[in-house]
Amino acid sequence: MYTSISDGIVEGQSDERETAFNERLDRSVKVEPNDWMPEAYRKTLLRQISQHAHSEIVGMLPEGNWITRAPSLLRKLILLAKVQDEAGHGLYLYSAAETLGTARDEMVEALLTKKAKYSSIFNYPTLTWADVGAIGWLVDGAAIINQIPLTRCSYGPYARAMVRICKEESFHQRQGFDIMWKLAHGTPEQHAMAQDALERWWWPSVMMFGPPDSASPHNEQSMRWKIKLFTNDELRQKFIDQTVQQAEQLGLKVPDPQLRWNEATQHYEIGPIDWDEFYRVIKGDGPCNRERLQARIDAWDEGAWVRDAAVAYAEKHATKESSAA
Amino acid sequence: MKNEWPLWEIFVRSENGLAHKHVGSLHAADAEMAVQNARDLYTRRNEGVSIWVVRSSDIVATDPSQREALFEPSEDKAYRHATFYQVPDGVKHL
Amino acid sequence: MNARVEYVLRLGDSALVLAQRSAAWVAHAPIMEEDVALANVALDLFGQAKLWLEYAAEIEGAGRDADALAFHRDADEYRNVLLVEQPNGNFADTIVRGYFYDAWAELNLNALRASSDERIAAIAAKSVKETAYHLQRSRDWLLRLGDGTELSHERVQLAVDELWRFSGELFIGDEIDAAMNAQGVGSDPATLREQWLESVRAALAAATLTTPEDGWMQRGGKQGRHSEALSYMLAEMQVLPRSHPGALW
Repeated sequence: MYTSISDGIVEGQSDERETAFNERLDRSVKVEPNDWMPEAYRKTLLRQISQHAHSEIVGMLPEGNWITRAPSLLRKLILLAKVQDEAGHGLYLYSAAETLGTARDEMVEALLTKKAKYSSIFNYPTLTWADVGAIGWLVDGAAIINQIPLTRCSYGPYARAMVRICKEESFHQRQGFDIMWKLAHGTPEQHAMAQDALERWWWPSVMMFGPPDSASPHNEQSMRWKIKLFTNDELRQKFIDQTVQQAEQLGLKVPDPQLRWNEATQHYEIGPIDWDEFYRVIKGDGPCNRERLQARIDAWDEGAWVRDAAVAYAEKHATKESSAA
Repeated sequence: MKNEWPLWEIFVRSENGLAHKHVGSLHAADAEMAVQNARDLYTRRNEGVSIWVVRSSDIVATDPSQREALFEPSEDKAYRHATFYQVPDGVKHL
Repeated sequence: MNARVEYVLRLGDSALVLAQRSAAWVAHAPIMEEDVALANVALDLFGQAKLWLEYAAEIEGAGRDADALAFHRDADEYRNVLLVEQPNGNFADTIVRGYFYDAWAELNLNALRASSDERIAAIAAKSVKETAYHLQRSRDWLLRLGDGTELSHERVQLAVDELWRFSGELFIGDEIDAAMNAQGVGSDPATLREQWLESVRAALAAATLTTPEDGWMQRGGKQGRHSEALSYMLAEMQVLPRSHPGALW
């Protein structure tokens, strides 16, 4: 059938392309930058990847809070390396998102003007050293469960970034658990510190997997596009099963009086999640939302003169880069 | 955007004998900074002996819509592959 | 007082204090790539500090380890130069502080590779590679800020003018330096001065900045007489081990 060419795709052609696109997805062929993709796929991916990137960058703040107070040289080195990794992860992810045609500065602006979101878990405060352990153990633990399936997602650059990230992430979780272990088996004050941290981070970590499947309408399309490979509830259950066991090994008590092992299903069952708190924190009323965003706004604003200087210098010395390093 | 640092693509050779591999991209104001940033970002875990940085705008890529014209013709030229040819029994070193 | 312990502490404490200062930038740097870069500098310096402090504790032989030295000494027992304890200020202040230190550290560590003390020579050989990279970075930033915009030029010139008075201490030797140098263990600080000045003057010129006139050089850090800034920094750094005596982390 003859279709007239305007400056882009006409209906008939677009359906054909979309069919071809879906067919390749079904064959698990990866989508690469500049391949044709449905606009909705591009938009959804961009939102998902950039949100992930923002989360890594904002996530540096709660732990970064304790770098100057880490209680031994080794712990300092480890924490600093971890937070550095998070900056790196953010950068890998922005780099993947940029292949979809949006400049990084635009994504950063969306974050700073609250148009874009980041993982709500980072709106909670790190009040003690044990919180650093809890974040590594629980938050990174949850992140790993979410991220490993994404190494198989349909978009090439995102999948590759996730492979890199997952390699680095396992040390993050281990160091967190290691901190908790030392504390749980330390002085009574240290044990209490660890228990207190678990009590404050448990439910927010469980909420990290997002609303229940029944309340998540977009999941189905994302799963068909292979951008999401397991449902929120599936991932959440995996996290609970593995983490409750670890808490028992630590000798710490999960703050859930209704927590019980179901022998028939071979899974742990938990009590009710406070979804009011979840939505409240997402909306902006968590304990640290304002402080987190303000820290990023300050870094951006106060850094403008530095970024401008680098650009000015590069322009003045444009010939310098033709002589190899 | 105003004064955004340009984007660079990063290629790392992880050890002698291997080719440079594309590992991702980053922003830097100039080439020297791009190399240093790449070193800090992509070779923290001993992953490189050599780094190439290229301005993203300098990369010329094939157009995906031309994929069929560019790449499919090579599919039916099996005579370019050694497996196309039958080697008579007993003949060695082929 | 064991001269060698003092000597090694000076090296370790300067690295430690500068590391602690640099680490405070992480998550607040002007661009995300700099968060990674500043973290790298801090990691290297903490690593070097750990090596120096471990050695100092060994020679001392009083049952202390690197953590005991880092977390349980008061400000007047610290032996870092005054330069490194100066507050972060803005990015230009941090870059200039780092550059002055890096330019000295490269010269000093290179000299120490020939130390008659095997351990000092080994730590120096390992550290100088990291420092060479730090120096490249801080020098590059000095140039970008100096020859960047009017505002960056102003700020970095101010930083140079303000920090110059702390640069001299790096080259002022005392009886500990003399004793260590006589034994072939340590470098003679004064001999590094000419080279440092030459490099720094050249870098400042390339950055279109003026080299300040030499005036009175502040000193005393190596002898434990510090600025008011250090005890605040240590209070934050040491709070946990000090409030949980005997605890392991």
